[in-house]
Amino acid sequence: MELLIAFAIGLLAACGLYLILRQRTFPLIVGLSLLSYAVNLFLFASGRLAPNLPPIISKSATGYTDPLPQALVLTAIVISFGMTAVIVLMSLGAWLTAGHDRTDMPAESNGGDDA
Amino acid sequence: MILALIAALPFLGALLPAVTIRAGRSACAAVTFAVSALAFLLLATQAPAVLRGEVLVQSVQWLPALGLNAAFRLDGLGLFFAGLILGIGMLVIAYARFYLAKSDNMAVFYTYLLLFQGAMTGIVLSDNILLLLVFWELTSLASFLLIGFWSHLPEGRQGARMALAVTGGGGLALIGGMLILGHIAGSYDLSVILTKGAEIRASPLYLPALILILLGAFTKSAQFPFHFWLPHAMAAPTPVSAYLHSATMVKAGIFLLARLWPVLSGSPEWFWIVTGAGLATLLIGAKTALFKDDLKALLAYSTISHLGLITMLLGLGTPAAATVAMFHILNHATFKAALFLTAGIVDHETGTRDLRLLGGLRRTMPVTFAIAAIAALSMAGVPPLNGFLSKEMMLDETLHAGYGPAWLLPVLATIGAAYSVAYSLRFLVHGFFGQAGKTPQKPHDPGPGLLAAPAVLAALVVVIGLAPMTTAAWLVDAASSATTGSAITVKITHWHGIGSTALWMSVAALALGAVALRAYRPLRAMWDAAPKPDAKAAFDATVSALTRSATALNDALHDGSFTRATAIALAALTTAALYAFATGSHLAGTRPLLAIEPVPAIGWLLLVTVTALATLHHRNRLLSLLMVGVIGLILSAGFAWLSAPDLALTQITVEVVTVVLMLVALNFLPKETPRESTTPRRLRDAGLATAAGAGIAALAYAIMTRAPAFTPISHYHLAQSKPGAGGTNAVNTIIVDFRGYDTFGEIIVLGIAALILFALTEQLLSSGTATRRLAALAAARPEPAGDRHPLLMVMATRFLLPFALLIAAFLYFRGHNLPGGGFVAGLIAAIAVVLQYMASGLGWTEARQRIAFHSLIATGILTAAATGAAAWAFGLPFLTSDYGYIHIWPLEEFEWATAALFDLGVFLTVLGAVMLALNSLGRLARRSGEAPARTPYDIDTGEGI
Repeated sequence: MELLIAFAIGLLAACGLYLILRQRTFPLIVGLSLLSYAVNLFLFASGRLAPNLPPIISKSATGYTDPLPQALVLTAIVISFGMTAVIVLMSLGAWLTAGHDRTDMPAESNGGDDA
Repeated sequence: MILALIAALPFLGALLPAVTIRAGRSACAAVTFAVSALAFLLLATQAPAVLRGEVLVQSVQWLPALGLNAAFRLDGLGLFFAGLILGIGMLVIAYARFYLAKSDNMAVFYTYLLLFQGAMTGIVLSDNILLLLVFWELTSLASFLLIGFWSHLPEGRQGARMALAVTGGGGLALIGGMLILGHIAGSYDLSVILTKGAEIRASPLYLPALILILLGAFTKSAQFPFHFWLPHAMAAPTPVSAYLHSATMVKAGIFLLARLWPVLSGSPEWFWIVTGAGLATLLIGAKTALFKDDLKALLAYSTISHLGLITMLLGLGTPAAATVAMFHILNHATFKAALFLTAGIVDHETGTRDLRLLGGLRRTMPVTFAIAAIAALSMAGVPPLNGFLSKEMMLDETLHAGYGPAWLLPVLATIGAAYSVAYSLRFLVHGFFGQAGKTPQKPHDPGPGLLAAPAVLAALVVVIGLAPMTTAAWLVDAASSATTGSAITVKITHWHGIGSTALWMSVAALALGAVALRAYRPLRAMWDAAPKPDAKAAFDATVSALTRSATALNDALHDGSFTRATAIALAALTTAALYAFATGSHLAGTRPLLAIEPVPAIGWLLLVTVTALATLHHRNRLLSLLMVGVIGLILSAGFAWLSAPDLALTQITVEVVTVVLMLVALNFLPKETPRESTTPRRLRDAGLATAAGAGIAALAYAIMTRAPAFTPISHYHLAQSKPGAGGTNAVNTIIVDFRGYDTFGEIIVLGIAALILFALTEQLLSSGTATRRLAALAAARPEPAGDRHPLLMVMATRFLLPFALLIAAFLYFRGHNLPGGGFVAGLIAAIAVVLQYMASGLGWTEARQRIAFHSLIATGILTAAATGAAAWAFGLPFLTSDYGYIHIWPLEEFEWATAALFDLGVFLTVLGAVMLALNSLGRLARRSGEAPARTPYDIDTGEGI
């Protein structure tokens, strides 16, 4: 199972990165979402995989999973929503004011540090 | 900690000028003066003990792991320098009150000056060399601010930049040198280092440490070949030149040489480098000074020359020479500061500092002339003034140098002294004698305010000159004893006997100097004709070459193309990771693997397929967005399977709001991504992404197949979850209790993100371009296919709202013990409200909304903060939690926990932030022609109201 999960993490990351390298804002947003999934899953997996060992303290429990990565990932999921929302609105703003949704600056303004 | 207080007083006092300037410039100056005077008095209370030979050391551990202690030390050397810094500081503060123009910001000036004074005092009182380095850098920064005080002048800005580049660069070298020194000695405290001189000089690291430390000292004290910054620093207001660039800061390098003298001196390397650099500086500075027409430039080069002289004396490595160096530091500080202040007066009253325009000031400015004459004659070394005493002692010391040909040093020193005579006399003769010059303003003596400070200094010059044994010898004794580490009793006399070689060298210097001034015209013609290296041009060329190469590198990496920069970063990171992997050693993982089960395997297959689809069909934006939603769903199922119920709940709720948000955004954006990358470009990107993804997958696999290298700290969390935090859900107790500070930061970030969204929307709605485009979008939109607000959906969502809120409350309350909590509850409540938006429209929903989302966010963060701060009332650290059980009939016994209040803050913030995000997008939608619904069951009639 570990191999499959590792493959899924890698695939999500690769697809996310590929989409980030496209030159429009919407694929960038989707790519960032995929990359967030990969990162969250990676963090989660660093607590090692443990089916049927919930982090709820009880007398009958035989063992527990590592709750710390879960807590980290939980807040990371919520924060990544905030990040996605900001980027979505920035791309909307760029589209509405500039009239295009390219992520690269046009060639003639290259090298300008205040462009 | 009286020593720390002495160093801290100027820093604390630096806050006062800005406050007191409202009471007038005199009040501001008086308060600044009082700060220096108080520090000086505190120092004076410590003086008797130090003069008895005691060394006061006061130390507080600061960062013991780094060897950095807030350790202060007061011995004779420190007392000597601190006295100079604070004493001359008081005079300069008084002078500046009358020197600065009405248009100058006096409060800022005094603030900078006090910052400098504090930093400088800190250097001389530090016992820890790391602490000394901190103060050292602070003096460079304060000097930068003061040189550039007249920031409207280009010379001021350029001079400030050059000084910072040179002294800052030297400071970097010094850090390296000091670290090596501390490493050899095994301690960063001077008290220890000073006892290990022999050990340090025997170390193979001695030479690198010496060179690095000397780089720091030479750049600071303007020694050849780093002397060029000092003349350019003269763009500063004259009080700054007098204080920093003649009396104190440029002596910091010399102080360091003296401080480390017992440790570093006495080796041939020390002699050749220090004496050589000092001698070269002495000669070059003195020669250049003679041919400068600007009074301050002349004084700047003469300062360079005298600093060279002192450095040379320290380089000789004998206790007697070091003693003379101390005496000359005192004398130079008095006469040179007086001369600078006089030059400032001349500039102030005549409107120029150019010797070619000045002349005859003897008659029009008699008092200024008297002061200038005393100071300049002392600088020339004319008896009986103090400059004469130390100069003759210096000439005598050059006769006893232990290295090199016996005649070389005395001859060169005499030549330097002759130049010194010549430029001192030129300052006096060309400025104050002869015909009255064509000055822009009619010269006259200034008021007592400007004259007081140089007059005090000139008086000191005379008093020390006449009675050196009673006025100065005790201080020189204390300073040189502390420098050399052996008790020294100096004997200063005016007359060494007719047979004294030094006397004849002195006479020769005076005669040669007078002759040189007589023959000034032909000498000047030769000087003007001779080629001179232009240090500023060389410096500027070096700086601009560095800037150009940095710009070229930057442009190559960041040419404005985001994808290009990202691709480069990705390639660099992957290569670095690959390199690290290839050069390390590896063993296969030993952790037992989980068996592949059918249901998770099907989920996995679905995940892989959907991810591939989202990427392959990414140009169809709606499709790829839907695929993202599906991925989120599978992930939340996966979390549930892998024993993370909280994560599953959070993932699924976040997924809903994210997809809604992106759907609304997609409403405005183009629905398709155009095909624009070339095939090689797509292959390149795919290759990069695959390489990076494979690396991440391999890393994840490697981690999962190994047991943790260290015991996970979560054992503690699991063990303490119930007894410590009062909850059985370990994930929740970590979030609201064990790592509550993290969560507190996170909800603040979330709140900030929501406010950014709000601000962006406001800006878009007020921008003409954006609103025109929104209107155009509205006009181009096709007629809706069906009802805008379908009756069934409206009814269903309104019916659902209370139940959804009930579920949110339920999840919130049980969160401490079972899966749930503030994050999930907030998200579910947000979804419940978003459903109303979708079904009934933004206008209808907003009209019924009583609480603004902003205040929801603020209330949430404040609730969390107040819960955390309440712990203070019980004398406990921020965010310490408590819990207990109460029993109210007829309810079951239930638990209360302060963590629940904190979680309430999380709940409110999450709800507010999510809603503010969606609401912002909704307001954009309304601008693009979505008409608000007016009646509760507003059904679209197709006319668009």
